Amino acid sequence: MIVAQRKPLEEILEMVKSYNKILLAGCKGCVTVCNAGGAKEVGILASTLRLARKKDDRPLEVDELTLERQCDPEYIETLEDKIRNYQAVVSMACSVGPQFIAARFPGTAVYPALNTSFMGGAKEHGVWAEYCQGCGDCKIHLFGGLCPVARCAKSLFNGPCGGSSKGVCEVDKDTDCVWHLIVTKLMEEGKLDRLMEVRPLKNWVTSRDGGPRKVVREDLKI
Amino acid sequence: MRLQYSPNVKIIRVPCSGRVDILHLLKAFEDGADGVYIAGCMEGECHYISGNIKARKRVEYVRKEFETMGVDPDRVRMYNMSAAQGPRFVAVAEEFTARIRELGPSPFVKS
Repeated sequence: MIVAQRKPLEEILEMVKSYNKILLAGCKGCVTVCNAGGAKEVGILASTLRLARKKDDRPLEVDELTLERQCDPEYIETLEDKIRNYQAVVSMACSVGPQFIAARFPGTAVYPALNTSFMGGAKEHGVWAEYCQGCGDCKIHLFGGLCPVARCAKSLFNGPCGGSSKGVCEVDKDTDCVWHLIVTKLMEEGKLDRLMEVRPLKNWVTSRDGGPRKVVREDLKI
Repeated sequence: MRLQYSPNVKIIRVPCSGRVDILHLLKAFEDGADGVYIAGCMEGECHYISGNIKARKRVEYVRKEFETMGVDPDRVRMYNMSAAQGPRFVAVAEEFTARIRELGPSPFVKS
């Protein structure tokens, strides 16, 4: 899923300082799962914003709405009859959401309430880690099911590097060296020889190196 | 034991302090409360293992947000006491009431 985190309250208050009626729009997709922008988080932020502004004697009317998804035009469309009632929309989706809203409703002030962090998964309750960088050319099967692109600080294909110490990456003591994990796993499975295979260089054109990407599925187009 | 405590303390019963959500705390302030405290069981003695720990973390979350918006975080507190500690319940009710009285009426209620 896309993992995101709410922006600090000061930043959001600054965004909405000139408004007195806003729509706070959540998303039932990834950000609900990572507890950043679902109906519950929308409720908490709406209440917090109302309180903060009441305290400053400048009440802010905050309506709450959580869309099925903010990354599909059909759900953005459901805002059409409502959006004109608000001076601004604050989106609690990943940054795709506010971009979709801004594109569909030109002239509407749209703000992101979240910082989109990465593609990852829950390590435990309340802890998420990055597992994928969306390089567009998945090779994890060659590395024991572990991704050296996203999980190695240098995205090495021939690690570990000298910064690996006791299984930990030098970048951060809480980050496992993925190359340590890859080597250990392949050793345990008796498949270490896989790392000796000579492979063609990875083509990074499918990653961000080729500019913004697009997926077109002719079979699905209407 | 029929102990008296400040009549301004309005008790909302929940099955476990872990039931209290951040939103409950915020809504209480939206509805005009001057202060809110959670009276949970002693840490380590939760029947549901960690309800009171979760409650404390939620209180901490709201306290931090209050600090950001310039509101005294003492308006939200977590207290721990066992069901057998009637006198402590009263002491906490008195202590919290005194602190809130010191802080004055809710900054969220404008006349």
